[in-house]
Amino acid sequence: MIFEAIISPEFFNATLRATTPILFAALASAVASKSGITNMALEGIMLFSALFGVIFSAAFQSAWMGLLVTMIIGGFIGFFLAFFVLRLKTDQILAAIAINLIANGATILILLAVSGDRGVSSSIQSLQIPRVAIPVIENIPFLGRVISNQNILTYISLIMVVVVHMFLYKTPLGLRIRAVGENKDAAESVGISSKKVQYISLIISGVLASIGGFFLSGGYLTYFTTGMSAGRGFIALAAASMGGNTPIGAFLVSILFGAAQALANILQLGSWPYELIQMLPYFTTLLGLGIYSYIRMKKRQRLTGK
Amino acid sequence: MNSNTKFNVLRTVLSVGIALLISFGIIFLTSKEPVNAIVQLLTGPLQSQRRFGNVIEAMIPLIFTGVGVSIMFAANEINLAGEGAFHLGGLVATYVALNTTLPSGISPLACILAAGFFGAMVTTVPAVLKIKTESDVLVSSLMMNYLILYFANYVLSNFLRDPSAGAVVSFAVPQTTQLGTIFAGTRIHIGLFIALAVAVFGYIFMFKTRTGYELRLTGENRSFARYSGINVVKITLISQLLGGFIFGIGGGVELLGMYNRFTWTSQLGYGWDAIIITTLAKKNPLYVPFAAFFLAYLRTGASIMARSTDVVTEIVTITQGIIILLVVAEQFLSKYKHKMIAKEAKATLTNETEGE
Repeated sequence: MIFEAIISPEFFNATLRATTPILFAALASAVASKSGITNMALEGIMLFSALFGVIFSAAFQSAWMGLLVTMIIGGFIGFFLAFFVLRLKTDQILAAIAINLIANGATILILLAVSGDRGVSSSIQSLQIPRVAIPVIENIPFLGRVISNQNILTYISLIMVVVVHMFLYKTPLGLRIRAVGENKDAAESVGISSKKVQYISLIISGVLASIGGFFLSGGYLTYFTTGMSAGRGFIALAAASMGGNTPIGAFLVSILFGAAQALANILQLGSWPYELIQMLPYFTTLLGLGIYSYIRMKKRQRLTGK
Repeated sequence: MNSNTKFNVLRTVLSVGIALLISFGIIFLTSKEPVNAIVQLLTGPLQSQRRFGNVIEAMIPLIFTGVGVSIMFAANEINLAGEGAFHLGGLVATYVALNTTLPSGISPLACILAAGFFGAMVTTVPAVLKIKTESDVLVSSLMMNYLILYFANYVLSNFLRDPSAGAVVSFAVPQTTQLGTIFAGTRIHIGLFIALAVAVFGYIFMFKTRTGYELRLTGENRSFARYSGINVVKITLISQLLGGFIFGIGGGVELLGMYNRFTWTSQLGYGWDAIIITTLAKKNPLYVPFAAFFLAYLRTGASIMARSTDVVTEIVTITQGIIILLVVAEQFLSKYKHKMIAKEAKATLTNETEGE
């Protein structure tokens, strides 16, 4: 019965849905890491974005305008992190932890001020990005039911994998980002301003993460609840790290997480020890991270001849 | 006191002051009774013995986490698995308390030591993973926290759950295993002495022993430490083991002192609190109790404020974030620091010339 549920198109459909927010954040993490900065503030950015998405989509009575404003704010938080790390020489991890703490407190404060409730935003008439059925594809057996009728943001997230890949590996700015991340001094010596490049990377990272956060309350669910990012920012950090901080790698690991989450949702209905199933994605990452890092270490040792 | 220390103290105090001012600003913007709220926040904990007791009760776990993370971070290893170690410590203490029958004096001791042992295991996993595979400690330690959380939920609902209780909680820990209160009228328990002893121990370990010296050297300059003949891998491992052990003890003590059942089904956030404590205490375990007192006071004040006014406790989380940002920002007030050092240098220079 469980097996049947897993090979059903609904399972794959749910997997893609659960993957979307993590994928956006994992891409965000990949861009930041490629420039040499760990963006651990993803969690806070997603949480802020989930709330601002609700507030601004309601204010403009347009989901797309809400998304746009949220993306701008997300970019600004990325800039804020960059300012503290690059200008004020704050430790990047501690600065990010501080931003996450502020997000935890501020979202509750703002939610209370705007809706009068401190838990859920259901009193705010927010709008969501819709799901769409894709003609032709929806008629393909099995695959149609997996791919069609997803949220538009899910499609955008998949397109973004290609876009971010092209950006990092086929554009001059992408090259600069990777150059700064690989060796800051070498990049500086050929006239690249490492600070400028890292500012840009963190802003892009903030924008990408904010789309993932927006999806949580404007697609995945239809309202904001406190703490709804629920560690997805950290999972994304892990996903990107395990995927070698490449967009394709981040995508593959994000899918793994999405599948584990979808699986947990199915198994919840059976008599399986639910909590152990919930451990699955984290355990997989830990294992995968170890294996990936080990291979990378061996490769480096071989290259340097140590 | 040299100008560097003086400057650090000044910057910390100023950062805290600015963070509080920003929070007051937010209170003025959002509250209908801002003055009352601020008065409650600042003086609330002093208004009764019970309330001040709350401050000390809240301070106890914060001391453990602050000392634990100070020792782990001293190796320059951003290991955040303390959260998981604390959580597992609470679970293990409950498990041992419910499944053993030991004499009353030994029982809590056994529970707490077991909690410490398992706590050490939690923080060591990311450290060993790093040594063996060079994988990122930050990421693996965050994953550990979630693993522990769900594992604890599993053990709670399958092995420890009291079916007669309404919520998902464990059976009650026997009276003999709970830590007794030491001040009547409050819930301050013996854990306070354990916490203070741990802080003193942490200080002696880090600043008065050879291993502690090697640890600090490793954290400050790993290559230099290695070339000086220090076994940096061993030192790092010791610091992660010890830090996790202290987090584990903290979890055990908190559970046996403040709870009589295991009720933790979501992350408690002690791992994050530890960050602000160690930031304020500058990784010195001896300063940890003061930083812990400050945070506990602020928390207690905030919850009193939230009960009597329309301001929510979460304002403190924002204050906490701003404090970390300002204290850690190296360039914050750096011009002033520069001036101060220049002035001191000039003064010593004039003194020397006069002396000749």
